[in-house]
Amino acid sequence: MTVFGYRLPGMSSLLLWGLLWEIVGQAGVTFFVPPLSEVLGTLFEILGTAAFQKALFETAYAFFAGVFFAIVIGIPTGILMGKSRLLDELLLPWVNVFLSAPLTALVPVLMVLFGFGMKSIIITTTLFAIWIIILNSRAGVRQINRSLVEMAHSFGASPTDAFFKIYFWAALPEILGGVRIGIIRAVKGVIIGQLLISIVGFGALFELYSANFLMGHFWAVLIVLFALAFTISEFLAYLERRVSYYAAKR
Amino acid sequence: MTMSQTKETITPAASASFESAVSARNISKNYGDVEALRNMSLEFPRGQLTSLLGPSGCGKTTLLKIIAGLLKPTSGEVEVNGKKVTGPGPDRAFVFQDFALLPWATVLRNVAFGLEMRGVATSEREARAEKYIKEVGLAGFENAYPHELSGGMRQRVGLARALAVDAQVLLMDEPFSAVDEQTRRKFQEDLLQLVQNENKTFIFVTHSIEEAVYVSDQIAILLPRPSRVSEIIRPSSFRNKGVDNIRRDPEYLDIVDEIWASLRTYVE
Repeated sequence: MTVFGYRLPGMSSLLLWGLLWEIVGQAGVTFFVPPLSEVLGTLFEILGTAAFQKALFETAYAFFAGVFFAIVIGIPTGILMGKSRLLDELLLPWVNVFLSAPLTALVPVLMVLFGFGMKSIIITTTLFAIWIIILNSRAGVRQINRSLVEMAHSFGASPTDAFFKIYFWAALPEILGGVRIGIIRAVKGVIIGQLLISIVGFGALFELYSANFLMGHFWAVLIVLFALAFTISEFLAYLERRVSYYAAKR
Repeated sequence: MTMSQTKETITPAASASFESAVSARNISKNYGDVEALRNMSLEFPRGQLTSLLGPSGCGKTTLLKIIAGLLKPTSGEVEVNGKKVTGPGPDRAFVFQDFALLPWATVLRNVAFGLEMRGVATSEREARAEKYIKEVGLAGFENAYPHELSGGMRQRVGLARALAVDAQVLLMDEPFSAVDEQTRRKFQEDLLQLVQNENKTFIFVTHSIEEAVYVSDQIAILLPRPSRVSEIIRPSSFRNKGVDNIRRDPEYLDIVDEIWASLRTYVE
């Protein structure tokens, strides 16, 4: 965007919203919104504390483990569903149900099944992320140019070759889109898991700070979480742009 | 139907009593209730180019894909060099109408793809791919991606990929229909060269009468409803007169007119 002939760098609007936040905070409208400067001060204060680093580690561990399983299970499942009519008929209704289901309501069931520990949190994270990854991988495979499949077949490609050298690459732009959205959902999943299952990680910090009306701390942790999710999502968007040269020409 | 008498002087290797490289025998193909091919038989002479020509819906691409082993016939069988076709095999290579290139791979990797599927080692397959890239006139484009090439260049990549696996039979499904008129003419001239230089059997599907007569040693006219081979034409006199003289040769013009006369009633 350009304003008065100057090209604004990306995310300039954040400055505007940050300013508004500061004004509302300084005006003391509500205890819920302390000034941004105070929040940022708190942020740097708590970054070095052991409690914060432990929470960060616990959250990151559950998050990356959950996302890992969502990806390594979700992508092959989606590709196979796109390839096989039978698997598609069998699994698609479930995928659609879980995609729109209020997964938070399922968390207590997971606790019964898998206990109150890290395992349940990881599974919750995976469940938040995996469905959109499956659906996108499936969509990517279904739009594949039939003559590419025939070409591979006519040159004697084995099913494994076709899977790794044709289907995966042909579906890659959609797969990356799915992983990006899945990861954003996984951020929700890991926090909900930590709030509901066992009070650890960032979930525990949120609980602690909001219960004690430490709104500066509360917002500081939220900003850290937002920054992490944003960074990962932007990295995937970058990968998506790397393959966009062929996305339109398959 | 005209039988070739001068063929000996043009392609001596193929002249020995027109030995068949590919035989299609009593091929039928049904899609549900729709009959795409009924009891079709056709011989394809070794070392020569045979066109399958006909109006749309006559089953020419279906027949080509059955020969390729990409489709299974409902009944009947195809033999390539005396061996029954049960699926795709290394004795045949396919050139696709829409090129079917891997958009995420370079020209070099695309051309080497057939060899890669056969498990040829990287260095050897790249050396062979480079040779055929040069042969189709794409030297210098080894590391380009398909979207950076024109339609004509993309089809050259498709052709190089088919040549690189060194199959005896080349199956071409309307290979020049997606490129512009001038490129197509150049392609047709190059194809004549290719048929002369490579000792391969070409099966060429087209809907252009002029193209079929220009490039073919043998033209099979296919008619729809029910699909059948109505006529086999073997142009005899103009093949050795040079690429520039074919289009004004009286026999060329006669054959084009004759084919149009028999196809006219099938075109809506």
